[in-house]
Amino acid sequence: MRYSGFKVIKEALTGHKGWTPAWRAPDPQPQYDIVIIGGGGHGLATAYYLAKQYQQKRIAVLEKGWIGGGNVGRNTTIIRSNYLLDGNEPFYEFSLKLWEGLEQDFNYNAMISQRGILNLIHSDAQRDAFIRRGNAMILNGADAEMLTTEQIKARYPFLNTDDARFPIKGGLAQHRGGTVRHDAVAWGYARGADGLGVDIIQNCEVTGFRIENGKCLGVETTKGFIGAGKVGCAVAGSSSRLMSKADMRLPMESHVLQAFVSEGLKPVLPGVITFGAGHFYCSQSDKGGLVFGGDIDGYNSYAQRGNLPVVEDVCEGGMAIFPAFGRARLLRMWGGIMDMSMDGSPIIDRTHIDGLYFNGGWCYGGFKATPASGFCFAHLLATDAAHPTATAYRFDRFEKGLMIDEKGMGNQPNLH
Amino acid sequence: MIIDHPLLGPRDSAEFTYMGDARLIDRPDPDAETAAQDFYEYGYLRDNPAGWHDELWFHEAGDRSWLVVTRNTLTHEISKVQLARDVARSRGRSK
Repeated sequence: MRYSGFKVIKEALTGHKGWTPAWRAPDPQPQYDIVIIGGGGHGLATAYYLAKQYQQKRIAVLEKGWIGGGNVGRNTTIIRSNYLLDGNEPFYEFSLKLWEGLEQDFNYNAMISQRGILNLIHSDAQRDAFIRRGNAMILNGADAEMLTTEQIKARYPFLNTDDARFPIKGGLAQHRGGTVRHDAVAWGYARGADGLGVDIIQNCEVTGFRIENGKCLGVETTKGFIGAGKVGCAVAGSSSRLMSKADMRLPMESHVLQAFVSEGLKPVLPGVITFGAGHFYCSQSDKGGLVFGGDIDGYNSYAQRGNLPVVEDVCEGGMAIFPAFGRARLLRMWGGIMDMSMDGSPIIDRTHIDGLYFNGGWCYGGFKATPASGFCFAHLLATDAAHPTATAYRFDRFEKGLMIDEKGMGNQPNLH
Repeated sequence: MIIDHPLLGPRDSAEFTYMGDARLIDRPDPDAETAAQDFYEYGYLRDNPAGWHDELWFHEAGDRSWLVVTRNTLTHEISKVQLARDVARSRGRSK
């Protein structure tokens, strides 16, 4: 069923009796050409592009819970492509371009809103760094604009630009950045993939890989063995747990990142504002809630909940830059498990096991990457070659000294 | 989280900096034939288990000691806290 304005009107006039489920609930087949482990944004996007862009058949997505129940449902919904390094910026700009055409492409309203993102600067050194970043973005075909203090005052009159500790000296704006209805991304990709014949199998946990003579033949699951020509893993925070079943140790640690949303307010904050110096960023959702977050908690965790010191730290950062928001009450807070890699950048690569492919290490930046991650992983699975924008995301970059370390922090995952 | 420091008693974990898997105590031999591979694995690869995990916590805003904390990554429960110095010596390190 194709969604359209006409269809909405027709259903409204006929008692909404014509809607059907957006995807099927099939039982697994004994054998597939390609099995994707992980029914999150990245896994579903991979299946969608495999079927649509690369015309692959007999694809399954295995999800241990319900689709979209992991980090695609737990993030702060921001999209942007304001990276610096050569290995990253072309990839993230590719992703932003895919976001721009996504709703028409998969015929689903993901409420993509290019309301802009602004990174505030407070010192000469920060200004230099952000000018350099903006130039790198423009060189890679993205948009970037340095705003002066006066321009920021005109656009965001509620910001205190004369603060003694963090005076606002300008900012780097990316007007094509913005926010997305995050759950709708998972649902849109799921519906799109299902419509192209992909089997989405929920409540099906992978318990092991069947590997013989260095080749992966399929996966053991709670619904029995499922054979596969190729297996792609896209399970984010659970990457180390899953790949340990193939005796692999990964260059990553799993950390908890907390995020917060306030009660709904009238429109108060246009666009996304990041206050990097205070480890705080905020946007306002279409429902009116202030959606904000800060640093990861900083210790290994699979608990999907964090601790109070970071809550306090994030709220202090928020109060420093938006004192008025102190009047808003916190509605919800939650934690997601981040696959923090050793250089802060992801991996989309083959493993040393034939037929086993890996996508992970997205740290706390996986949501904005969803379309390109799926597209590039599909490219790798279909062609056995890296997509041109993802050639740097290799497993062996740590061994060869080819790290993509945006923050220059070294192999300390909790500092990225 | 509260970390029961062997010398100072219970302290707020916010006083500490997390420094990773306690296996980092076992630095590879730089003169070994396999030193390049060993240091790659030491520097970059982690077990990252879901469950009990021995890990290094540095008491940065305290007495500057390094601790080995045994903590469950699924529940954040802490079962054991030792001075990293004692652990390193028990594994044959001189200090």
